[in-house]
Amino acid sequence: MKREDTMNLARDAAAQHSQPAASPAQPVVELKDVHKSFGSNQVLKGVSFAIPRGQVVAIIGKSGSGKSTALRCIDRLEIIDSGTINVCGHAVHDPAIDLRQLRQDVGIVFQSYNLFPHLTVEQNITLAPKAVKNLPAAKAREIAARTLQQVGLADKAQAYPELLSGGQQQRVAIARSLAMEPQVMLFDEVTSALDPQLTGEVLRVIEALAQGGMTMVLVTHEMEFAARVADTIIYMHEGKVWETGPGDMLKNPQTAELRDFLSHGL
Amino acid sequence: MIDGGLNSYHLQYLLFGALWTIGLSLIAFVGGGLAGGVIALCRVSPIKAVRWATVAWIQIIQGTPLLVVLFLCYFGLSIAGLELPAIVAASIAMIVYVSAYLGEIWRGCIESVPRTQWEAAECLALSRTQRMRLVVLPQAVRIATPPTVGFMVQIVKNTSLASIVGFIELVRAGQLINNSIFQPFTVYLLIAIVYFAMCYPLSVWSRKLEQRQQFGNNRGTATPSVTTA
Repeated sequence: MKREDTMNLARDAAAQHSQPAASPAQPVVELKDVHKSFGSNQVLKGVSFAIPRGQVVAIIGKSGSGKSTALRCIDRLEIIDSGTINVCGHAVHDPAIDLRQLRQDVGIVFQSYNLFPHLTVEQNITLAPKAVKNLPAAKAREIAARTLQQVGLADKAQAYPELLSGGQQQRVAIARSLAMEPQVMLFDEVTSALDPQLTGEVLRVIEALAQGGMTMVLVTHEMEFAARVADTIIYMHEGKVWETGPGDMLKNPQTAELRDFLSHGL
Repeated sequence: MIDGGLNSYHLQYLLFGALWTIGLSLIAFVGGGLAGGVIALCRVSPIKAVRWATVAWIQIIQGTPLLVVLFLCYFGLSIAGLELPAIVAASIAMIVYVSAYLGEIWRGCIESVPRTQWEAAECLALSRTQRMRLVVLPQAVRIATPPTVGFMVQIVKNTSLASIVGFIELVRAGQLINNSIFQPFTVYLLIAIVYFAMCYPLSVWSRKLEQRQQFGNNRGTATPSVTTA
């Protein structure tokens, strides 16, 4: 807690004149020696990585390698057994963490979209800004219009989710997260339920976000996309960070496991 | 009409009884619904003691005949010094009974809203109360409508037990008429028809609601496996 405070002070001093918080030197997301088990099944065996502001990190690996679990730990959807996770100045490993503060800074998009079926697209997006940030309805609708524009669905504001295609639903889910203006966006295999055509439209939205400077963590099976968009690729294998490097590391894998994954794992 | 048979005065009296059957049903549904709503929410409370107390309440009421609950309210409370009119005792007993059943039905509906909906709401920083109020309950209400309407049939039929403590609803009115004309078959057949006329529309309505919901689900593409271009 004390350390956090001094860090915040240093950060504020560095970022005078209402610049965005956090100096570029401090990572937005930082995992250190994270362990996590489900019963006797050890899923994460000492995972460490850091993500600087504005960077896009893609986590790849086989099913069961722990990549989705690692992502979910960042938003404290899973509670880790040991190690530390710091996200935007929140100590995620601390049981006393204010979850609502953390989740205002972290946006997450799931494989199964999880839109609220009883609300229109616009209501899905305005729900949290109104309820959590107490924004007036008009302001929230403005934000919805802007984020829908961003994902290319400005004309669907009044539609109910069930009438949209999977790709459109996923783009609404992205817009819903963006409306909370998070510091970092997490994507958990967001295209795995979509056919190739719909996958493309979702990936284009993510790519545009990356170009806009959003800090992002993608758990994905789309290797080409990962190589093109990510600043850093993390290959996870058996609960560990096995290999890490820039986008083109996939052309030149260093370990036998990654080589094997790239040739068979797709 | 002739020989002291069923006359229009009797029919009027039956109508009076039927109105009280409807009245007691409404009291039971509204009172039991309010209490049942509280019970359903307590049943899914994050506090263990609250959950357990609610489970105990539901199990005790569901494991006790409504008739016994009614006797407890009418005779039991009068021994304890609280002498209640039949309508009040019957209302309390019905509310207690309905609260336990609707509470359990609605708990099921709340829990049948997918876990992922809770998670999505949680990730948008909504508080527990907001998640319940804005995301889960609106969906649970939709799921709950057909079984709730279906349960109203049980409520209407079970109000007949109130006749035993002397409350004049449809059955008690029939008993009194039969006492004077001794035509049990005619009288009770008539009563059966009146009950059926009240309950059948409710079951049809419930079935319609259920069908509409199923069509709604089939049309939906909320599940990831169903995607359309």
